[in-house]
Amino acid sequence: MIEIDNVSKWYGDFNVLKHCTTSVTKGEVVVVCGPSGSGKSTLIKTVNGLEEFQEGDIRVDGTALKDKSTNLPKLRSRVGMVFQHFELFPHLKITENLCLGQMKVLGRDRETAMKKATALLERVGLEAHAHKFPGQLSGGQQQRVAIARALCMDPIVMLFDEPTSALDPEMVNEVLDVMVELAREGMTMMVVTHEMGFARKVANRVIFMDRGEIVEDATKDDFFGKPRSERAQQFLSKILTH
Amino acid sequence: MSYNWNWGILLEQSPEGIGSYLYTLWLGLQWTMLVAAGAWILALAVGSVLGVARSLPGRWFSPLATAYVEIFRNIPLLVQLFLWYFVMPELLPRSWGLWVKQLPNAPLYTAILGIGLYMGSRVGEQLRAGIQALPRGQMMAATAIGLTVPQAFRFVILPQAYRIILPPLTSEFLNTIKNTSVALTIGLLELTARARAMQEYSFQVFEAFTAATVLYLLLNIAVTFAMRLIESRVAVPGLGVLKK
Amino acid sequence: MFSDFDFGVIQRSLPYLIKEGLTFTLTLTALSTIGGVILGTLIAMARLSSYRVLQVAGAGYVNFLRSLPLVLVIFWFYFLMPYILQWVTGASSPVPVGAFASALITFTIFEAAYFSEIMRAGIQSIPRGQPAAAAALGMNYWQSMWYIILPQAFRNMLPVILTQTIILFQDTSLVYVVSLPDFLGAASKVAQRDGRLVEMYIFAAIVYFIISFFASWLVKRLQARIAIIR
Repeated sequence: MIEIDNVSKWYGDFNVLKHCTTSVTKGEVVVVCGPSGSGKSTLIKTVNGLEEFQEGDIRVDGTALKDKSTNLPKLRSRVGMVFQHFELFPHLKITENLCLGQMKVLGRDRETAMKKATALLERVGLEAHAHKFPGQLSGGQQQRVAIARALCMDPIVMLFDEPTSALDPEMVNEVLDVMVELAREGMTMMVVTHEMGFARKVANRVIFMDRGEIVEDATKDDFFGKPRSERAQQFLSKILTH
Repeated sequence: MSYNWNWGILLEQSPEGIGSYLYTLWLGLQWTMLVAAGAWILALAVGSVLGVARSLPGRWFSPLATAYVEIFRNIPLLVQLFLWYFVMPELLPRSWGLWVKQLPNAPLYTAILGIGLYMGSRVGEQLRAGIQALPRGQMMAATAIGLTVPQAFRFVILPQAYRIILPPLTSEFLNTIKNTSVALTIGLLELTARARAMQEYSFQVFEAFTAATVLYLLLNIAVTFAMRLIESRVAVPGLGVLKK
Repeated sequence: MFSDFDFGVIQRSLPYLIKEGLTFTLTLTALSTIGGVILGTLIAMARLSSYRVLQVAGAGYVNFLRSLPLVLVIFWFYFLMPYILQWVTGASSPVPVGAFASALITFTIFEAAYFSEIMRAGIQSIPRGQPAAAAALGMNYWQSMWYIILPQAFRNMLPVILTQTIILFQDTSLVYVVSLPDFLGAASKVAQRDGRLVEMYIFAAIVYFIISFFASWLVKRLQARIAIIR
């Protein structure tokens, strides 16, 4: 589904991604973790072309991002993305947030779009808030709407960029619950997160990044059971002491 | 375009008999600069009083200053110039009014007065913003070491406030220069008026206005450059500037 | 003090002042605000685009016009427009342009420089995640601008845009220099015809003041309301 092949990226002189290679197959849930500044958020944003990269290539469902003929908007419409800060559109009501992409990008008519939006709002348990503005919802609710907005586009894969790190602690679980359910239904997911409980529960593989490199790329059991690199061991010991 | 360009016109004598057209434009530029400088000095003085007054506690100063700002900001500059030039002499006692009307260079004084008082309201608003942007502790610290309120403004608040509003003040000064052109309506022979006169005498419309445009651009560049120089000269490490 | 004055002149000329003058001024203000905001937004988008040529052209437009006095720009267009029209239409001699059209084009082009600075700040104030989220949904540049960025930028900047409109309203008085029949032009015509300069100019000042003051007050209220919603 996603093939990341020897990708490198620089911000000026700063090398944010160094020769990253990995893949996500259909139905797989891959968690990407690592200390802040390790390049994990940058990596996930390169997958749908929100961040450019200078070397290597990425293929999503067979479409190469570096290929000049690739229609990026079209590719992105098939890749769902959930952001750290939700990024709902504050000037549009919840239903309008959910319908906009369906109507303007996929060309669905209003009725079809509304049906889909209502169904997905129900699924994330927020049908009662359909006619509110994003600013009237709590952080957890907003993030669930954001997940529903991405799902409205019938994505073939979902990308999550630290979806719970901007939330108050008591709201983290309501968002993780939605994500766990999604994973169990067989959605292909790539998730940047520090929530190791989530990783243990549903991940197939865990990728550990540090200083722009993929240091570890292992099955869940291998990663938590016997991490090979010292940096991953240190990271795990820090994050799992609580 | 069926227009006959003739740049040589700039060097021909103007029918006013004072020199070439280019020379009359140069005279106009001098008047522009003179009025702008005079109006700017007045605007800084008025603006300082207004800015301080609007920052003072108490029932009198602040509302009076607010009223001034509202009146001068909500009437077009052109109408204000008409009020000073045509209306004010009629409202004065007869002998004073006569004296005012017979003043030589009345357009010059009226333009400086009118544009200065108008720009003063805008400088005052900028200064108030600058004063408000300072930490409140500055005033307390100044009074705590025994300074009187006027002393605190003079030595502590204003030196800082003026520094942080230098960039917006630069653009207000540029506005003052541009606004001098409005005074052509009361007969001030500044740059735009000279270009207009050249157009009327010579029928070379576009040469006249192009020349004036170039002179305005040069004046702008010169002033911007000079203000940058002043900004860097008076800059104090650690004290930022207020963004417009 | 006012014994020599005849304020009846105002009452007698009121229909003319309002129907001709004030209508001209207010229509010119409204239409050139709309035109200026549209053109200004396009220029702001050019300055914020990733194309160097557009950035430079946009910046050049804004800096050039902001260096010139409006009076000079009014003269420029007043004399230039017939020649441009002649060039566009291929006529054999300069084509005369109506007073209103001439003023409207001048103010739209001039004020666009100022509106573009406002819209540029508005667009830049939108968090970068918003265009990213729009892109992630598959929107292209124009869709993202039209549905996501510009509505928010416009709403955030509405008070500033309206304040600029009040300035524009006052600036329209400068069409006096080419004798167009705006409110001040009409007042001045009556003033000179009847020899009542004092009465007419005081009246004009009061009218401009009331409209500008009231409009500023409305903008302040709007600003307070927007501040609460955020």
